[in-house]
Amino acid sequence: MPADFRIRPAGDSALVVEFEERIDPALSARVLALEAALTADPPPGVRETLPTYRSLLVRFDPLDPGAEVLEATLASRAAVARGAANPGRLWRIPCAYGGAHGEDLEGVARAKSLTTDEVVRIHATTPWHVYMIGFAPGATYLGKLDARLHLPRRANPRARVPAGSVPIAGQQGLIMSIAMPSGWHLLGQTPVRLFEPRRAEPFLLAPGDRVRFEPISAAEYDRLDRLAERGEVVAEVTA
Amino acid sequence: MSALVVVAAGPLSTLQDAGRFGWQRFGVSPAGAMDAVAYAAANALAGNAPDVAAIEITLTGDTYEVEAESVRIAVAAAAAIVVDGVPAVGWRSFTLRRRQRLVIGPVTHGTRGYVAVAGGFAVEPQLGSRSVHARTGVGGAPLKAGDGLPLARARAPDAPDVKLDGLALPYVPLPIRVVLGPQDDHFTARGIEAFLGGEYRVSAAADRMGYRLEGPEIEHAAGFDTISDGIVFGSIQVPGTRRPIVLMADRQTSGGYPKIATVASASLPTFAQLKPGDALRFAAVAPAEARELLRRQRAALARLAPTPACRDPRDLSSEALLASNLIDGVVGPYD
Repeated sequence: MPADFRIRPAGDSALVVEFEERIDPALSARVLALEAALTADPPPGVRETLPTYRSLLVRFDPLDPGAEVLEATLASRAAVARGAANPGRLWRIPCAYGGAHGEDLEGVARAKSLTTDEVVRIHATTPWHVYMIGFAPGATYLGKLDARLHLPRRANPRARVPAGSVPIAGQQGLIMSIAMPSGWHLLGQTPVRLFEPRRAEPFLLAPGDRVRFEPISAAEYDRLDRLAERGEVVAEVTA
Repeated sequence: MSALVVVAAGPLSTLQDAGRFGWQRFGVSPAGAMDAVAYAAANALAGNAPDVAAIEITLTGDTYEVEAESVRIAVAAAAAIVVDGVPAVGWRSFTLRRRQRLVIGPVTHGTRGYVAVAGGFAVEPQLGSRSVHARTGVGGAPLKAGDGLPLARARAPDAPDVKLDGLALPYVPLPIRVVLGPQDDHFTARGIEAFLGGEYRVSAAADRMGYRLEGPEIEHAAGFDTISDGIVFGSIQVPGTRRPIVLMADRQTSGGYPKIATVASASLPTFAQLKPGDALRFAAVAPAEARELLRRQRAALARLAPTPACRDPRDLSSEALLASNLIDGVVGPYD
């Protein structure tokens, strides 16, 4: 059977195992299964893995003797890597939709001929899968967005979007971890700190986890935000 | 507490070590020293282990004042230096006493340099590293006037100051060696030919995150959007402008433009010293060849052996003078 993946060099110190070029939970599961296999039994020289939607970047010590045979090792591991039997943790993430917390909620509703309540309901009932954490520490890329909410990015990106923002764009959802520029549509904001360097586990979510958003009021946001500011985790694992 | 006080800061001075690895799957950029060769030279001059954090200066250095009994400061840069009022040259260490000042002016060769202190800075690591990623604040912020960097050692080592020949460091000369891929198949044969055959120049948009280059257009085979995937130090992405962007130490961890090639690790120090307007060409090498270049560079760095420096900070670099003992009696005001 011809391999349905390929392995390409990212320079002299990393290899990329690329599965097919599309966004698909089944491909993400293979990426994460390969990562789990490499973590459980690391080939000589492997230093770090970086999973994304459909590929796994494997960084290794370029001066380790294992470097020259790593590609063959990864090929045999990737051929048998299949989706994990245990799905990732299911997180309940509180989210205040609309108003100051989600400036684009009304605009999205208008653009999609829905009410704001319908937009919130669709977003909050979607079973989100964490594909990737990237771009900034803890920034969590989610899929797959319900087709009723698909929209291109904003024509004018905002220069600064606050930490905790919960926006959408294209087929994707995102939870922002730090303030950053963004052209995505802001639906809401969570008081959950995805990245808290003071915590023993600085990052809350991991690739492969699942997320459900729980709509909360602005007052509840303020209450939870104060707890989160003191270092409490205001999200919970429900499964 | 013993400290090195920043009296005046250069445009971008940050604490850096070998980088913050192991957290890229959570979106954390490794940061780290842009030029591993000069960084290694700084620690060799300071008598430190090779992975001790040093200050990376950019274009112009800082002015420091010593708040300790004494400290040995190593400057791995070709720069205009003034030690307690006396002009000096770089690529050497200086032992300073309390309230003496070291002024590092413009970098005269390349873009950046490193300032290490013997024993290192007593700064708490964050996520396992002392490297500063300025854009996210992980590891801290760039130096500013008034900052006091705590010193791990209260006084300088007793041994004499040392120097290195900055021109003899193991930089791989141009062209910049690259390994094609991981997405070179997103480009036409003509696109690859333009990339490997053409001359590029560093644009004004060149910083610790990435260098945008100007030069021949690189033709995509089918669009310039890919699904975001992992980025490494030296990844060369080609967005819709058809001009390459070389991603550097402060890169984002993932990105969605096709990556035509990756700079060989051994060529990164050379590339990191280029500045806007500098011309360069790329040359493709196989991954194993790139690793061999790196093996030789690392071996040369491990062999770095600083030699005693002349006590006059102006360092007339005349070994003959030193040998004939003509200036041995000259005592610098800091000595």
